[in-house]
Amino acid sequence: MAEFKHKDIIALQDLTKQEIELLLSTAESMREINNRDIKKVPTLRGKTIINLFYESSTRTRTSFELAAKRLSADTVNISPSTSSTTKGETLADTALNLLAMKPDIIVMRHSVSGSHYFLSKKVPCSVVNAGDGAHEHPSQGLLDMMTMKDRFGRLDGLKVAIVGDITHSRVARSNIQGLTKLGSHVFLAGPPTMMPPGVERLGNVTVCGSLREAIQDADVVMMLRIQQERQGKTLMPNACEYARYYGLNPENVKLAKPDAMVMHPGPINRGVEMSSSVVDGDQSWILKQVENGVAVRMSMLYHVCGGELE
Amino acid sequence: MNLLIKNGRVVDPSQGLDDVLDLLVKDGLIREIGKELTAPSGVETLDAAGNYVVPGLVDMHVHLRDPGLEYKEDIVSGSRAAVAGGFTSIACMPNTKPVIDNKTVATYIIARAKDVGLCNVFPVGSLTVGSHGERLAEMGELKEAGCVAVSDDGKPVCNAELMRRALEYARGMDIPVISHAEELSLVGEGVMNEGFTSTELGLKGIPRVAEDVATARDVMLAEYTNSPIHIAHVSTRGALRVIRNAKLRGVRVTCETAPHYFTLTDDAVRGYNTNAKMNPPLREADDVAAMREGLQDGTIDAIATDHAPHHNDEKDVEFNVALNGIIGLETSLPLSLALVDQGVLSISQLIERMSFRPSHILNLGRGTLKVGAPADITVIDPSAEWVVEAEKLASKSKNSPWLGKKMKGVAVATIVGGNLVFKR
Repeated sequence: MAEFKHKDIIALQDLTKQEIELLLSTAESMREINNRDIKKVPTLRGKTIINLFYESSTRTRTSFELAAKRLSADTVNISPSTSSTTKGETLADTALNLLAMKPDIIVMRHSVSGSHYFLSKKVPCSVVNAGDGAHEHPSQGLLDMMTMKDRFGRLDGLKVAIVGDITHSRVARSNIQGLTKLGSHVFLAGPPTMMPPGVERLGNVTVCGSLREAIQDADVVMMLRIQQERQGKTLMPNACEYARYYGLNPENVKLAKPDAMVMHPGPINRGVEMSSSVVDGDQSWILKQVENGVAVRMSMLYHVCGGELE
Repeated sequence: MNLLIKNGRVVDPSQGLDDVLDLLVKDGLIREIGKELTAPSGVETLDAAGNYVVPGLVDMHVHLRDPGLEYKEDIVSGSRAAVAGGFTSIACMPNTKPVIDNKTVATYIIARAKDVGLCNVFPVGSLTVGSHGERLAEMGELKEAGCVAVSDDGKPVCNAELMRRALEYARGMDIPVISHAEELSLVGEGVMNEGFTSTELGLKGIPRVAEDVATARDVMLAEYTNSPIHIAHVSTRGALRVIRNAKLRGVRVTCETAPHYFTLTDDAVRGYNTNAKMNPPLREADDVAAMREGLQDGTIDAIATDHAPHHNDEKDVEFNVALNGIIGLETSLPLSLALVDQGVLSISQLIERMSFRPSHILNLGRGTLKVGAPADITVIDPSAEWVVEAEKLASKSKNSPWLGKKMKGVAVATIVGGNLVFKR
């Protein structure tokens, strides 16, 4: 088996195809633990993991916390106010203070892209990225890939459509980086106001002129969350018009392959990027994504600790 | 101090000189240029064989941070950095604390610089009171106090009517206006150039058009009011095109670019390098090529550093939080000399853009080695190789993207008003 030599997991861009495959295959072993009656193994017993969340999060933080606990690590959750980076203690000082408590891993979510690289230079412990600005969200990318692999048994050759605000999406970037390394072809769609320049140069990526073009014959349709507080100002007229031209509904979903899977990183705006009937429909794999999230994060924590599976 | 500089290659575009000559300095003035001069008794000799002897370099865009922000730089350390970099005259921007929008601050800077006695320091006054972009500053008084231009540098004048009136009023006071051209509504929350690199790094982009649009507005206002305007730190092909076209129409526009804009692309930001964060941001290869073309065809009048010292605490932070700007006084000369090595400029053209033209734009009466002119002279060893090391920089701040990088070419002697103020 390939070795995992990184101290940190900050971006799928930094990992090789083999390393991503290793993380995914370990995640499959971890999933078995999650299905036991007693969902706990002693693998990371005695390890301390700090969840440092500068942005609010329910799903990701809970998922990382469960992942750590099921591996028997001790966890602490810290949610500094979002303004603390500009007003109070600096990230470097926060990190050094936390370090004095001897954590083995810091799992961080931060609104500034690249802040994990900054943190990693300041601390000897492992740094795991739970989302940085619009840069990457590697655990989400991995759990999405794991879910696709569950469905198709492979990632190579898949046609994956990602629709929404690509510019501001760390989920899109991690998926693009991971999927294209593993042989998928990514098709992007969204209003041109939400399409970042040069994105097609990130890998085997095609930028499409419309939702229909992107999802035509797709194996996977991934819809991104639209945040009205962000995109509502100048990037689109309103949610209603967005839903009309870029939302997934029971009609246009038929353009994808008949066995296509529909995904969403959550939280969903029902009726905006996806209609409720698609969210709850047969092709929806959204809850499976959440389930796989715990397994993927167990795999990430396990590998940065360099431990042996018992 | 009297001095005979012997055997150097004297390059002075102001009089079309490029020859191996000797140069006699007496009583603070240039007294004689010629072949095989002999030192009168009591006059020291400086052997400049193998070196360029050029009119003292002029940096028309420096942030000295004094008064008020002396933890970043002060007039002593900034002057030291200037003369170490070969600069005999610098113009310092008004975004100090308090802002240079009154006679008192301008007078302080000039007096302090005289005390320090290293290089000539010419303050740039604020265009508007407090640089708030609301009311015109007292440009007449600022000029009388010694300010050589007015500018709200660091931020644009958002109100077009105010900019129009500033240009008109400044024309009446015969003081040039320096424009920081940036359309803030297009910049938004951007922190680096908008392009492939910002897409990959997930950082918010600043589109080039934010600079192009603002440059076009200010150039048109200058044309309409028949007033001179100088555009600071040009970084985009689009802005340069606007300026080039305006010059062809006879608009009284001049401009500068900085060594980082003709040397680095936004690739330097990779790794979230805050020492590659400045405003305007580093652009792409096509813009770098455009800067070189602009220097070559003369559209760009001057190379200026936009020397912007910041404390390590302001740079060793997350990328979005880091302040804009890099130091440049001590690396400008080698980076600019590279243009000569690469065949972009002749040495004479380079010295013109680093000395005579910026001096001319600001009416400093310098940038020349003509007999009778103040003896501001830089002696350059163009082949000396050295490495940029933080602890060896004279500047208080060390925020340079070239730390650890090799440089070629260095000032070996800097003479200001006939005094040898720096010797390597």
